Amino acid sequence: MIIRILSEGQYKLDSSLVDSLNDLDNRLVEVVGEGNEVEFRRLLTQMLDSVRERGQSLPVTELMASDLVLPEEDITLEEARQLFTGEGIIPG
Amino acid sequence: MGIMSRLGVILRAKMNDILGRAEDPRETMEYSYEKQLEMMQNVKRGIVEVVTSKRRLELQAAKLQENVAKLDARARQALSMGREDLTRMALEQKQVILSQVQGLDGQIADLEKEQQKLTTAESRLSAAVEAFRTRKEVVKAQYSAAQAQVKIGEAVTGLSEEMADVGLAVQRAEDKTEQLRARASAIDELVQIGTLEDVTGGTPDIIERELGKAAISENVEQELAALKAQMAPKQLKEGQ
Repeated sequence: MIIRILSEGQYKLDSSLVDSLNDLDNRLVEVVGEGNEVEFRRLLTQMLDSVRERGQSLPVTELMASDLVLPEEDITLEEARQLFTGEGIIPG
Repeated sequence: MGIMSRLGVILRAKMNDILGRAEDPRETMEYSYEKQLEMMQNVKRGIVEVVTSKRRLELQAAKLQENVAKLDARARQALSMGREDLTRMALEQKQVILSQVQGLDGQIADLEKEQQKLTTAESRLSAAVEAFRTRKEVVKAQYSAAQAQVKIGEAVTGLSEEMADVGLAVQRAEDKTEQLRARASAIDELVQIGTLEDVTGGTPDIIERELGKAAISENVEQELAALKAQMAPKQLKEGQ
């Protein structure tokens, strides 16, 4: 499985990690809803670090398509909220 | 819907923007470097915008610092004249400006980070574009036309995803500079000393005027004393 962290690059990971990422993702959505900045930052760091630690960094020259896309590490809670309200993007 | 799937949708939308609505996007990319050059130019323009905004904020911070020094001098002057009210006013205004300077410093640091990110994005993008060119030539030489098309198609997807990532970074940097531009205009007014009325109830101009008045009356008092001193011996002589 290939995962992209925006503004950072791609990592190759074992597909078995997708469940724990999904779990973190769901909790992130919750804290964005609650507006809990501290918890948002903590979960995001945990999510990105788990990819960096367990994944193998892919050079940019690989030109591979990603299976999952994670936010950049300095995304703000407000920006995360806007991901769900932004105009011009059709929800999938 | 989670953040990952939301970002996936956003990135794909951006990729579609980049690839355009050509019948066969692979061909678009294979035969034209237009999009790649365009994206490179976007990144470079993004960097220039960020640097320009940063310079403007740095200039403002420097001017505000000058104002801090000015207000410091006025506070001393006022205190030496025994005008504690004016001293307090000057010091209050100095605090207001100092908090603005701190805010600016934070924004300058933010822009510095954006600049670094875009610079990294620029080198990633140029490495990806270069890798794509090489890959295309190798694939064409080694595979049949049909197989080559599939492999190049995969590379096109990879490259356009990289370009979409860079495009999002540029967009984010532009949004940030746009927001800061609005705030910078507000601070421009602060830089023109004398617009702090609402915050502190008195403007530096008032302090200046009051200090001027105080200086005048002090001079008057001195001259009066000097005159009295000149006249006094005369009166004494006349009285003798």
